[in-house]
Amino acid sequence: MGLEELAESLGQNVLTTTLGKVVGWGRGNSVWPAQFGLACCAIEMIATATAGVDIARFGSEAMRASPRQSDLLIVSGRVSQKMAPVLRTVFDQMPEPKWVISMGACASTGGVFNNYALLQGVDKIVPVDVYIPGCPPRPEDLLNALMILQERIKAQGIQPRQ
Amino acid sequence: MSTPEGVTIVKTGEKGHFGGEILTVNFGPHHPSTHGVLRLIVDLDGEMIRGIKPVIGYLHTGIEKQMEALRWQQGVVVTDRHDYLSPPINNLAYALAVERLMGVEVPPRADALRVIMSELTRLSSHLVWMGTSGLELGAMSMLMYCFRERDTILDMNEEISGFRMHTSYIRPGGVFADATPRFLEMLDKFIGEMPGHIDEYEDLLTMNPIWRARTIGIGRLSPEDAKVLGATGPMLRGSGVAWDLRKTMPYSGYENYDFEVATSNDCDCYGRYLVRIREMREAVKILRQALDRLPDGPVNVDDRKMLPPPREELETSMEAVIHHFKLFTEGYSVPAGDVYVAVESGRGENGCYIVSDGTHKPRRVKFRAASFANLQALERMALNHMVADMIAIIGTADTVLGDVDR
Repeated sequence: MGLEELAESLGQNVLTTTLGKVVGWGRGNSVWPAQFGLACCAIEMIATATAGVDIARFGSEAMRASPRQSDLLIVSGRVSQKMAPVLRTVFDQMPEPKWVISMGACASTGGVFNNYALLQGVDKIVPVDVYIPGCPPRPEDLLNALMILQERIKAQGIQPRQ
Repeated sequence: MSTPEGVTIVKTGEKGHFGGEILTVNFGPHHPSTHGVLRLIVDLDGEMIRGIKPVIGYLHTGIEKQMEALRWQQGVVVTDRHDYLSPPINNLAYALAVERLMGVEVPPRADALRVIMSELTRLSSHLVWMGTSGLELGAMSMLMYCFRERDTILDMNEEISGFRMHTSYIRPGGVFADATPRFLEMLDKFIGEMPGHIDEYEDLLTMNPIWRARTIGIGRLSPEDAKVLGATGPMLRGSGVAWDLRKTMPYSGYENYDFEVATSNDCDCYGRYLVRIREMREAVKILRQALDRLPDGPVNVDDRKMLPPPREELETSMEAVIHHFKLFTEGYSVPAGDVYVAVESGRGENGCYIVSDGTHKPRRVKFRAASFANLQALERMALNHMVADMIAIIGTADTVLGDVDR
């Protein structure tokens, strides 16, 4: 049976695609964040999960209490020098593939606190995929960051992380 | 203060009551039910808690030190961020302290707006508490209901100040801006709807058998212990002590409002829950009175050395330009001295102690954080309880780690 005949016999019942696209689609639409709240932004992160904006529309409502079950680390708030090793441990415990969103000014740059106590940007200890400005960002901002991340995950497919 | 009867503190290596070894377990700082980054070292005898030691500092932000580097009017922005569930109340403590050192009285309309913002904040803070505590004890839908109303409050924050959470609305010398007509409309609608919503929460929790089983008789704190340990707010009132700074040491005109201090003699987690529910009802009462009697007039002190001149004056008056320039380059100076002012936040006594050396920046700012003092009572409440009860106890203590560590 030739290829054309095979396609004809299957009719409209089969979609053909590449493995990368399927994997990217699957991963992108089921990004499970770690339930890891730090400061003010964590409250807005909770608000993102509630009925008003509803992160479940994007497949990310399953906040996992264990880093071993999660794909996404949302650094929601200021990271103190004392917390930095803990955050790195949580990140290390997450299985690949994994992504990081730096939520808010404090996590991204230290924000208004340019002092001895805070890590001046979480990208000093973990690789960050998306930064969100704001202090704290609105829940919609977090959703926007998630959508940007989803686009990247879908484009990445099965390629290893750069 | 002695250990209550029937309670023993046992440490690692000793034999427990059930014959087994005492096991020391680490709990946190990354744990879904510690309300932030609290770390506890717990000595367990089987499943019974025989010792509990909080380890704090995982959210230490250096807020007090940071304020020494900022001018008086810039400090307000940082106060928002220490107890991040009640920013306007933090602003209020700081603003009142600065005003007392400067000998400034704000106009009546500013006072009324401050009361409105404080009570809205108390509501939103209790709503976050109830939503997350309900979630932890298995009443998952509470989170959805509570955050729905909290979002309404945040929308009002946004309308009046331009920002959802960290409003920096209350400032030394008055408030950021007058209430917009739309804000007053939203507030009126909210006050009308809120009592019905509180009934809804009570329907879900007050007689809920699971909620009652998880909270009644759990985390007992006697009135004497509460006082000795420095507990304030719903923790103290939940132990039957009628101490509310809005009544006992009124500020911002709270003496003119008719409301009751919510107390409960249950002395347990359920009592603290009842106190918070009643406080929410009282807050709505205060809001209604404040809105109905909102006085007219300016919302800031008329002092060009403290607050910038109106925009239109800048085009016609040289004096105004000079004042504007001075305020935004050097700021104003506060007379040398020190002062302590305390206000009642959703968590208890939120105090602000400032020392001025007469320059345009504070010499020292210290916050008396209610959560920090309330956290001390944790061991007393959790001893001889099961591990699972610790979640209820931490929940009803309502500590905000930003407030504890600052």
